[in-house]
Amino acid sequence: MTFATMLEQMSTGMLRTVGIFVLTLIFSMPLGMLVAFARMSKNRIIKNIARIYISVLRGTPLMLQLLVVYFAPFYIWGANIGGYRFAAVIIGFALNYAAYFAEIYRGGIESIPKGQYEAAAVLGYTKSQTFMRIVLPQVAKNIMPAVTNEVITLVKDTSLAFTLAYQEVFTIGKQIAAAQTSFMPFVIAGVFYYIANAVVAFVMEIFEKKMNYYR
Amino acid sequence: MKILEINNCKKQFGDLEVLKDISLSVEQGQVISIIGPSGSGKSTLLRCATLLETMDGGDLIYLGQYAAKDDGNGTAVYASDQELKQIRMNFGLVFQNFNLFPHYSVLKNIMEAPVLVQKRDKAEVKAEAMELLRKMGLEDKADAYPYQLSGGQQQRVSIARALAMKPNILFFDEPTSALDPELTGEILKVIRDLAAEKMTMVIVTHEMAFARDVSDHIIFMDGGVIVEQGDPQQIINDPKEERTKAFLSRF
Ligand SMILES: Nc1ncnc2c1ncn2[C@@H]1O[C@H](COP(=O)(O)OP(=O)(O)O)[C@@H](O)[C@H]1O
Ligand SMILES: [Mg+2]
Repeated sequence: MTFATMLEQMSTGMLRTVGIFVLTLIFSMPLGMLVAFARMSKNRIIKNIARIYISVLRGTPLMLQLLVVYFAPFYIWGANIGGYRFAAVIIGFALNYAAYFAEIYRGGIESIPKGQYEAAAVLGYTKSQTFMRIVLPQVAKNIMPAVTNEVITLVKDTSLAFTLAYQEVFTIGKQIAAAQTSFMPFVIAGVFYYIANAVVAFVMEIFEKKMNYYR
Repeated sequence: MKILEINNCKKQFGDLEVLKDISLSVEQGQVISIIGPSGSGKSTLLRCATLLETMDGGDLIYLGQYAAKDDGNGTAVYASDQELKQIRMNFGLVFQNFNLFPHYSVLKNIMEAPVLVQKRDKAEVKAEAMELLRKMGLEDKADAYPYQLSGGQQQRVSIARALAMKPNILFFDEPTSALDPELTGEILKVIRDLAAEKMTMVIVTHEMAFARDVSDHIIFMDGGVIVEQGDPQQIINDPKEERTKAFLSRF
């Protein structure tokens, strides 16, 4: 097998990897906000559910969570999980990353001084105006470094989709490597992840610079 | 005309009685200074007056409109959120630590609430904001961000921000306490100018000479009660109560 063929076969996997990455962010970032609000809720039941959610999803391996998400419908309800593989990957990743984002958001929100809320309240801002205009923009800036870390980890974590035999770049690479007794697919996969992360780091830096107009 | 009236205000944090039966009334154009040792409840009183804290008991009345009314059994019953929203437009508060919005330029800090909350015309608000900045000697700082300003400049912006709402009464909670001593003068001058324009103000301060010169009335608080109040000259130069004397001897 030539290098070009390998690259071609692996490129579909690369697209799928990018798909996992993008969809995970799209679902986990807003979901994380919900979990963060639940975690900060004054209602003790809601707060404890969120606390347990975060603790379990951060305290068990993502690989195990993927298996549970994929196979649970079958073992619990005897459901047919044939066409469910991709959805399971995305659900598993989104649930897991939401827990991490929730803690990052919570840290960011709790770091905003009480005086910001009080100044806004005296000026007559509503609660939602205060959150959207005063709190959230400052939180976004504060949590940027932590979010960048998480996003870079996600690029690498996408390879865990192999657990469900989802044909992303790493899974395909391993298959080709075994069939061709070649080391090259791993090199290709490594370079791919590295470039993907360089792109992520570049984009995040642009965001960080954009928010650097104040301190 | 009575701008603010507080009757029998009581406030407790857990077992700690912070305000025990405080009453106070402010006429239009009056400047009242509140002095007293740290922990005596001065900030809590301002926070109750500005609806940042809820009183346990007592009345809180702005221009005849009840924000809170004592039910007769010592429990303050607050007006509806809708009414409170309207009542809030009567007052402004200047904090010890300025609490400017760091992600907004000076101009946006001043302009956003009048435009967003009071729904006033943006161009008009901008013109007024620039005028306020001129008054504060900050016309060249409109596009600066708070972190680029000195503490004294930040506090002047926060005063401008409060004034832009056209409040009927302005509260100050130790407006110079977070400033280097050489910067307190510029803030005190701004407040003096406002007093000269007959702005109604309640000022918590540790600047005794300033309080004596600028106020129409001084209140000395200690342990959650008003120990002594009256004419500024008399309170500062010739206090009657032992606790006032002891407090003033520290300055
Ligand atoms: N949110 C709060 N919770 C509990 N205690 C408080 C709170 N705010 C103020 N206190 C207490 O109330 C007392 C009066 O505080 P404060 O009004 O800030 O006094 P001052 O402004 O005169 O220094 C202090 O003992 C303070 O510790
Ligand atoms: Mg205080």
